[in-house]
Amino acid sequence: MTIVTLTIDGKQVSVEAGTTLMQAAQQVGQEIPTICYHDHCTGNGLCRLCVVEVEGMRLLPPACITTVQDGQQVHTSSEKVIRSRRTILEMLASTVDLTEAPEIQTYLDEYEADRDRFPDAERRELPVIDDNPMYIRDYSKCVLCWRCVQVCAEDAQYTFAINFTGRGYHSMIGTFFDQPMPATTCVFCGQCVGVCPTGALKPKREWLLEQGLAPDEIFEATKTKKRRRDVKA
Amino acid sequence: MSQSELIPLQLILNEYKQIGRIGLLPALLAAQKQFGYLSPSISAEIGRTLGVPLAEVYGVIEFYSMLTTNPDGKTSVQVCCDAICALQGADRVFEALQQHCEVSSDDGGHPTDYHVERVACLGLCNHAPAVKVGEIAVGKADPGNPETVFLAEDKPLIDHVDGSLRILTPNCCRPEATSLDEYRNDGGYEGLTKALSMAPSEVLAEFNAAGLLGMPPTEVIAEVNAAGLLGRGGAAFPAGAKWEAVSKAPGDIKYVVCNADESEPGSFKDRFLLEMDPHRTLEGLIIAAYAVGAKTGYIYIRGEYHRALAEVKTAVEAARQAGLIGKNIMGSGFDFEVEIRQGAGAYICGEETALFESIEGKRGFPRIKPPYPTTHGLFGRPTVINNVETLCNLPFIVTTGSENYRKIGTARSTGPKLFCVSGDVQRPGLYEVPFGITLRELLFDLAGGIRKGHNLKAALLGGAAGSFAVEKDLDVRLSFEDLRAAGLSLGSGAVMVFDDSRDLRDVLRRITHFFADESCGKCYPCQIGTQRQFEIINRVAGGTVLPGDAGRLADLGWTMTDASLCGLGQTAGLAVLSALEQFPELFLPAQADSSEQKGI
Repeated sequence: MTIVTLTIDGKQVSVEAGTTLMQAAQQVGQEIPTICYHDHCTGNGLCRLCVVEVEGMRLLPPACITTVQDGQQVHTSSEKVIRSRRTILEMLASTVDLTEAPEIQTYLDEYEADRDRFPDAERRELPVIDDNPMYIRDYSKCVLCWRCVQVCAEDAQYTFAINFTGRGYHSMIGTFFDQPMPATTCVFCGQCVGVCPTGALKPKREWLLEQGLAPDEIFEATKTKKRRRDVKA
Repeated sequence: MSQSELIPLQLILNEYKQIGRIGLLPALLAAQKQFGYLSPSISAEIGRTLGVPLAEVYGVIEFYSMLTTNPDGKTSVQVCCDAICALQGADRVFEALQQHCEVSSDDGGHPTDYHVERVACLGLCNHAPAVKVGEIAVGKADPGNPETVFLAEDKPLIDHVDGSLRILTPNCCRPEATSLDEYRNDGGYEGLTKALSMAPSEVLAEFNAAGLLGMPPTEVIAEVNAAGLLGRGGAAFPAGAKWEAVSKAPGDIKYVVCNADESEPGSFKDRFLLEMDPHRTLEGLIIAAYAVGAKTGYIYIRGEYHRALAEVKTAVEAARQAGLIGKNIMGSGFDFEVEIRQGAGAYICGEETALFESIEGKRGFPRIKPPYPTTHGLFGRPTVINNVETLCNLPFIVTTGSENYRKIGTARSTGPKLFCVSGDVQRPGLYEVPFGITLRELLFDLAGGIRKGHNLKAALLGGAAGSFAVEKDLDVRLSFEDLRAAGLSLGSGAVMVFDDSRDLRDVLRRITHFFADESCGKCYPCQIGTQRQFEIINRVAGGTVLPGDAGRLADLGWTMTDASLCGLGQTAGLAVLSALEQFPELFLPAQADSSEQKGI
């Protein structure tokens, strides 16, 4: 077991080799903000909110998946870092509906992000997809964190019902040729709903409750047909 | 689709069944060529046969611009609308062709078989305005006579080649591709022969006299290191260091990859090298494979470069016939096989790790680095990936030696360099020069200066991912180190020249549109940043600058530069950041009439 010693925000810390910059920072009391990172999903370092500045490196590495190196001088809140984090948050706020993402809202406040920085932004505005009795997909809230695609694939279920559509800013999550969910390999396990950070994926019953439906109406709307099996004596 | 209708598809899939997902992109391209588009049943059959989940098959189709699910199956007429073609009236060409193709013809539908679309740079900058009709490249499209575009011959578009050197381009002045025999007659494959030490006796005697008798792989690598060869694809990484790392990496399975995905606006050197002299790149690739111990190589060619694909296929076949590829090459005991891969319309697939993902049958998302391709590359194996031009330097380095190579260029940027000069110069073309000539010498001596009656406004160095050089920068030496010191970048050597009649806001509009279109969408700074940057620049180019725009663009540009996951995002803001510094007047708020603004 190799021990690595590095300096984070002026404080020296010694950790096992293989520890991430984010974990090492936690040990000196520095919580680094993240969006796409999830303990039970493959880390992709794609939201870039957790970037930190490391002396000697031109680019800002993502703390959630970058492992520590001996002797590193790390700054978790340098000018470059703050600018990047604030701008990423402002860009997100200009793109998607973050009303059900309280953690991100906290970051927006903490980094004094201007939610209206980009007046001519083309927003991600899509109709709610209600195609099965179990969960709805409200992609106006989707921040493309990749977690749902990953848990449906090799991170958990190996079902592969959903993947990406489009490219770039117009990327979205979707099924094969946009088929309704019941036509896909989805087994309605709910893993994707469980990892969604913004409420883009939500249990249908919860959604209907929010719409003001009464409990018995909700059960009617979300019943699945049961088939009787013929049992030979 | 019925079972019998699927038979041609099954014949296609027989070729890829064994390799599964790795065959996905070639299978999709072949199926689209056969059926005109990719339907749900065709896509499902491909997924089932290759063992790829259907949602992932659809995800791949959706990622690549050249793949379509549109059932009209019309031939695509692609009109380049990027910065250089725009100078030559690309927008008028687009409108004229669109009108022409929408007019229904009494002759039975000739125009309506076509679907006209705006596309990004086709690598035909000095044949602007450039158009592709299906697989045929057409130069100098005439908006006044749109029908001539459809009557154009399928022939090579020849670039003007000049400069003081002819190390990379001696074969680039023929009317068509250099054959294997022609290449050999001029000394081709001598480098490979020397490296494999199985030269004919006369040649060996010559090498013996020079004190060199064959070259073990480590010696080849040492020569490349000593030569100081820096990558020519834009990143300028030392090639020898890459080769050495792969050679030393554990494991028996290693790969060499030729990155021929040239898609940088303003860049056409790789297209021309592959169309005119494919064996030079091939020889470089085989030498690389020998040096690092790779038995398999891939040549990944941009999907829109149909002629280059055809010439490389012919060259590989000829080389195989001549025993230069295959088992026991030239009796040396070295085995090497090459596979050609066609891209499908994605600039991001020129990024090394995204290129690997593409070969592996996935959407072209770049990977996190580290680990680097030298340890975890194609299929997770140690991989050398080099640009076309980089590989073209190898035969010369091996035959004449690193000491001679170092005599060309500057101390830290050694060897010859190809510069693609396009735009408002008298003689746009491909220039082969030693590193270290000045920008003034390139533009005014070699390229004949700015077009008549005009002066230089700005030269964009490094393509859309580059920055603007202005009058005061003309005496900067064109080398990696000199340009870096001047706050500019050489990139892959694209030089797009804009004179004083040009509106740089429109140039920036096309550049930012390019990045927004090509961003893969994985990391937030680039996914959203390129879109927001385009929206603001589009508004500015239309004449409206709001208070705070310069600050927005600066924040977007720096966030993308500092925090993006890959080189695309890291360079997507450079042109705008450069314009903010060199042409701040473009971003002053309020002026309603653009012509009143100074400097325009």
